[in-house]
Amino acid sequence: MTDGVEEYEAVVVGCGPGGAAAAATLARNGVETLVLERGVDAGSKNVSGGLIYAEESAPYTIDGLFPDFREEATERPVTENVIHNIAGDKVKSFDIGDLHHHDTAWADAVLRRKMDSWLAQQVHERTRETGGGLLTEVHVTGLLRERGEIVGVTTEELDPIRADLVVAADGVNSELARDAGLMDWEEPEEWFQGVKAVVDMEPEVINDRFDVAPDDGAAHLFSGDLFDGVRGGGFLYTNESSLSIGTVFHLDSIAEERAEPHELLDSLLTHPLMAQWLGDEYDEREYSAKLVPDSKKAAHPSPHEDRLVLVGDAAGQMQAQGPIIKGMNHAVTAGALAGEAFADARARGDTSQAGELYEKKLHDEGVMDKLRPTGYKVFGRLGEVGPVDDLSNAIAESAVGRFGVRAAAGLLERAYSSPRLVSMIPDTKLPYVTLPTVIAEELGEPVTDENTVSPPDLGDRIGGLTYDVGDPHIELLDKSFEASGTAVTACPVSAEDFGGGCYRDETVQTNGSQERLVSLDTQPCVECGTCAIVADTEWEHPAGGKGVEFNQG
Amino acid sequence: MHTVVMTKGVPDFREGQVSFDEEGHLERGKTPTVMNPNDKHALRAAFQTKVRNGGHVSLMSMGPPGYKEVLQEGMRDVYADDLYLLSDREMGAADTWATAMTVATGLQNLDDRPDLVFAGFKTADGETGHTGPQTCWCLDWPMITHVLSLDIDEDAGTVRAKRLVDGDISEIETVEAPMPCFIVADPEFEPTYRKASHRLKHKDLREETQERAEEYEDHVTVWDHEDLNLDPDYIGLDGSPTIVSGVDPIPKAPSEREATMIEAGESEALEPVLDELTPYAAGD
Ligand SMILES: Cc1cc2nc3c(=O)[nH]c(=O)nc-3n(C[C@H](O)[C@H](O)[C@@H](O)COP(=O)(O)OP(=O)(O)OC[C@H]3O[C@@H](n4cnc5c(N)ncnc54)[C@H](O)[C@@H]3O)c2cc1C
Ligand SMILES: Cc1cc2nc3c(=O)[nH]c(=O)nc-3n(C[C@H](O)[C@H](O)[C@H](O)COP(=O)(O)OP(=O)(O)OC[C@H]3O[C@@H](n4cnc5c(N)ncnc54)[C@H](O)[C@@H]3O)c2cc1C
Ligand code: SF4
Repeated sequence: MTDGVEEYEAVVVGCGPGGAAAAATLARNGVETLVLERGVDAGSKNVSGGLIYAEESAPYTIDGLFPDFREEATERPVTENVIHNIAGDKVKSFDIGDLHHHDTAWADAVLRRKMDSWLAQQVHERTRETGGGLLTEVHVTGLLRERGEIVGVTTEELDPIRADLVVAADGVNSELARDAGLMDWEEPEEWFQGVKAVVDMEPEVINDRFDVAPDDGAAHLFSGDLFDGVRGGGFLYTNESSLSIGTVFHLDSIAEERAEPHELLDSLLTHPLMAQWLGDEYDEREYSAKLVPDSKKAAHPSPHEDRLVLVGDAAGQMQAQGPIIKGMNHAVTAGALAGEAFADARARGDTSQAGELYEKKLHDEGVMDKLRPTGYKVFGRLGEVGPVDDLSNAIAESAVGRFGVRAAAGLLERAYSSPRLVSMIPDTKLPYVTLPTVIAEELGEPVTDENTVSPPDLGDRIGGLTYDVGDPHIELLDKSFEASGTAVTACPVSAEDFGGGCYRDETVQTNGSQERLVSLDTQPCVECGTCAIVADTEWEHPAGGKGVEFNQG
Repeated sequence: MHTVVMTKGVPDFREGQVSFDEEGHLERGKTPTVMNPNDKHALRAAFQTKVRNGGHVSLMSMGPPGYKEVLQEGMRDVYADDLYLLSDREMGAADTWATAMTVATGLQNLDDRPDLVFAGFKTADGETGHTGPQTCWCLDWPMITHVLSLDIDEDAGTVRAKRLVDGDISEIETVEAPMPCFIVADPEFEPTYRKASHRLKHKDLREETQERAEEYEDHVTVWDHEDLNLDPDYIGLDGSPTIVSGVDPIPKAPSEREATMIEAGESEALEPVLDELTPYAAGD
């Protein structure tokens, strides 16, 4: 310590999978590592759909770093994989086991509160031995700079801390990545929004309804016309004694369609297809939401600056491989590579090389290729160009297209199982809405079950969450409807004509003219990050330990 | 550094725990005894000195054998390295004076002489707030009351404290005293840990003390009046100059207001209410 400023060799910000992997790798190399997490517990702020993959080709996997991981921190392995194409009540299901199993050593469903708090315990024990450790309830607010160079972090709860390495593993709304100027929160096209409900269910009932053994589980994916044309899809994963059911949509599509995320989730929950799994009693444990970066567009090719490295969602390293979402595994790999890079640089006597080395490892180990596949760059982007997109949609919906779908039923199922093909999928209506709808219409059978589920309304969902309300953490800079009105619908805990959410709009009279204004109350905020992008805000996370606390995640 | 915190067991007055008979008397048998809530603030203050400056924290109480669990509570919920219970029949029914005499003797009997002694603001039952200052008077040490925050300069052997002047939140002064020193922690005392290393140590020590609290019996030293070489005439009931001649229940204040009941949903009936409120709404 010099001039009273505390100093650690490495500071890791955030203890999700990325931070945990980085910290474990640093600790294994004897690097004095301090981990700072803003939640009351690691996992209390985190949401994922819930399948964590261990890829055969990955240099690091979570169970490699934490050997008891699957035993202690996961729910059920996925042994069955189906995608359902839906048009009205018609459904055509494809087995996508091949896509799922491709390059997969294993994949388990997880609930983040349980998973991350177990990881955090391991991380604390290991980093403590290096002289560091893990602290919760610390909100890192930005980067500490000296003479313009990044040398550490500033926090709300502690005095500034210096470090030779700063790992920003602070997730999709990384304040550090933004402070460094490496990422911005500007373009809705670069993000998805995920919304999820965890539904209570006895283990035996799960085994029975999904026809799985007690130690097995199922993953179901949904796409088609049930989401009012919003681009994206739904998922259902089996946990030990609950189901994770959710939706992931392109944020630009949610914004354009002025869709209400909680209603899209309800469209899935109340579809007749779900009746066989949900039965008559619906008990929602938790409603949650979070942004998800789209690595195809957002993954930073060179995610480092001075002593700072970005890993996981903070660097946009979240791969949507068609309907399969892979964020946690890449965060783990990147975190471990960042730790390894620092250890290598230190061994060479020059820790300032860590960032460069990390970038090189991301490329050499093939991580960057997965995150930004060349196939998508060439074909996917092309498909997104207006006229091409319109044409493709028209063909798919035409008699020719429909004939093609009928003729190629077997081929289609195979196409869905091809990792190469799905990685080239453009972000248009064609793959998300049009094609699945046409497939269901042409090949599907109607589902006759009656779905009696009535999901809780938004007020009850908010009421069911745990909050420790602190000072407002989001400031609405431009209150005009033009600038910030999208948040009224896109915010997962706000809705048009709903007074109990974060965002509201009202028409006010000013000197004879009418003005439509937006107002914000951050009390029910679930910190998803949506309004950082779709509204004109000054967006920060709440103070350590404050804000929403997820118990499932 | 050796810091000692004084604590007393009190009835758990929290809703759902406390039990009163038909006449409104506290039923001690049915109400659990807990550590006096204000003493937890004092113990947190002492724990802060341990985290920041190291040393040793002892928790001491005078009371019946059952107070061992009160001491355990402090060890488990906050922190303690060891526990001291001053207990025998001769000490029973002490007033604040006799309690202070006994506790002060207990403090002087410690092998490792304390540098700081902490007391709580006042107890949840007796509420006199006398015991701490009287104990300090017996020790003849400097005393700082209503303490909000503390800094210790071990080299200089001094303690610097922010305190409420006259217990008033609007006026805060900073004072300094040589150690050994007696501290009465204000309920507003807030431990602050702005260094990561302090928070990490805090976490380690919390884990340790919770483990220790599981086998708290191994960590309690019990002293009776003989161990302390105290004359029975000067402690307990015999040593207490206070005479409680009687206890009167406080009569309920008679209601001076009249209430008119309005059925929910009767909007017409609400009009007089509106009439009553209108002048206030207008700011009259
Ligand atoms: C209903 C009732 C009325 C009473 N009335 C009187 C009275 O009028 N006059 C009188 O002299 N006594 C009285 N007593 C007895 C007296 O309260 C206790 O005997 C005395 O031990 C503690 O006083 P206190 O509860 O006011 O504590 P306070 O003086 O309010 O306690 C201040 C601090 O002193 C320390 N402390 C207090 N008691 C102990 C202890 N036993 N061991 C270690 N540390 C301790 C704690 O840190 C506590 O926070 C009364 C007791 C009760 C229950
Ligand atoms: C609905 C949904 C479904 C998903 N489905 C899947 C899936 O099935 N499979 C999959 O692999 N991925 C899925 N993802 C993506 C996955 O959750 C993320 O990619 C992954 O969590 C990224 O890990 P990370 O460690 O980078 O960040 P996170 O897991 O977000 O962790 C970041 C951590 O940093 C902390 N933090 C943030 N800011 C600060 C700060 N300023 N100071 C201190 N601490 C801070 C947070 O509290 C958090 O603990 C899904 C996401 C969503 C929203
Ligand atoms: S206020 Fe913003 S960050 Fe909070 S839940 Fe709504 S959109 Fe998400």
